[in-house]
Amino acid sequence: MFSRYKVSGKYRAVVIGGSAGSFQGINKILAELPKEFPLPVFMCLHRLKHVRNGFVEALSIKSSKPVVEPYDKETIKRGQIYLAPANYHMSIELGNSIALSTEEMENNSRPAIDYTFETAAYVFRDKLVGILLSGANKDGAYGMMRIKQKGGLTIVQDPEESAINAMPNAALAQTKVDMILKVDQIIEFLLELDRACKMSQL
Amino acid sequence: MSIELDIEITDIRRLTDLIKDKYGYDFKDYAMSSFRRRIKRVIDIYKFKTVDKLIQVLDTTPTFFEEFISEITVNVTEMFRDPTFWRILKEQIIPNIILNHDRISIWHAGCSSGEEVLSMVIMLHEMGFLEKAKIMATDIDTAIINKAKTAAIPLKNMELNQKNYTSAFGSEGGQPLNLKKYFRDVGQESVFDKSLLQNVTYRKHDLVQGSVFSKFDLVLCRNVMIYFNQTLQNAVLAKLHESMFKYGYLAIGSKESLIWCDIANKFIVVNNEEKIYKKIKD
Repeated sequence: MFSRYKVSGKYRAVVIGGSAGSFQGINKILAELPKEFPLPVFMCLHRLKHVRNGFVEALSIKSSKPVVEPYDKETIKRGQIYLAPANYHMSIELGNSIALSTEEMENNSRPAIDYTFETAAYVFRDKLVGILLSGANKDGAYGMMRIKQKGGLTIVQDPEESAINAMPNAALAQTKVDMILKVDQIIEFLLELDRACKMSQL
Repeated sequence: MSIELDIEITDIRRLTDLIKDKYGYDFKDYAMSSFRRRIKRVIDIYKFKTVDKLIQVLDTTPTFFEEFISEITVNVTEMFRDPTFWRILKEQIIPNIILNHDRISIWHAGCSSGEEVLSMVIMLHEMGFLEKAKIMATDIDTAIINKAKTAAIPLKNMELNQKNYTSAFGSEGGQPLNLKKYFRDVGQESVFDKSLLQNVTYRKHDLVQGSVFSKFDLVLCRNVMIYFNQTLQNAVLAKLHESMFKYGYLAIGSKESLIWCDIANKFIVVNNEEKIYKKIKD
């Protein structure tokens, strides 16, 4: 099969970060993600801190599979899509579980993308794919650097395409990322990742 | 790329061993990702650069330990956090307890800077039940308990606190409820009326090593056990259970769950959205 991105099948998880202007892109990605996508996907999206309900439902409408807001210490399931809950940081914990935290805001955000990305990089190391989308501050830039340092694969949404490009640009300024892609290309990449991971698990 | 300090699990183990030996506190079963980040934070704040330096300072400077505890523990909180929780407490839980024995004993386990305690006493006062209440509030961090005793809340947090309060209890006689009658502003803080705390005892207590000291009708331990791993969550839940009267209530954080715990079957869910449980078995 034609391989544009030369994706390895070694990956074990995907993290996605986004803020202002990312909702449409996220929706598109979730709609196109194969139903049997084999990796867990952890999404940290900036959201209203004190609105607990509604967001995960809105994301689930078009998604190919349901999006869940995990409980603290919930076991990670293959192929599950997780969304950081309102007013909690979401981290990846050792022992295949998710942990939540009410620690200080980072980059004016809780959940903070850096928090999820950094802990995911620590646990999954070179088996992590990090994707950073449109947004209005620098959250995620540090997290992308950590993913890169641990040997993971880093993808930033093309600032040209991003509704608000501060977040992609901040990451690009800090880290030599592996790929700069438009949302449609990110989807192509994820389809290739899907095939590569399924192949390697045969 | 700048090189970041990587804190390995073996580093954390050496650190928790030293603290256990020297100070008697046991951090071994704290949740790894948040605990590692708290350690990193301490190293950054004090510019220690390495875990070894932190271990050395802890080993040679006992006075530093209390500061360390203050920085390690998470003290981010709000008054009336999760307003819908407070509404259920006011409309269902508290009336149920009072109905049965006309007194109410409450434990805030991990009370931090006291926002939750203040919320509780204000609510009880407005219900006319403050005189009937006996409230214990505990935390591992002495400095934060001393802070809580002052009943002073940073001015910058009051907008959110007020918003939560209004959203919890709405309005009265056409006027939105206002917290202003309970405090006066002094410098950068809103200082609450100390008489609100007349039935509150603040005390230092470590949920991990501390023993069971009393029994309560209502235990609040919200967003505290998230900093523990599952082994420790089980152990602490057993202590909370032992600290509750049969048919007493337990409240945990909105994204915490008891379902994975060993003794989950000794509780029933009273309100799943607000994570309020009732003890049904000893």
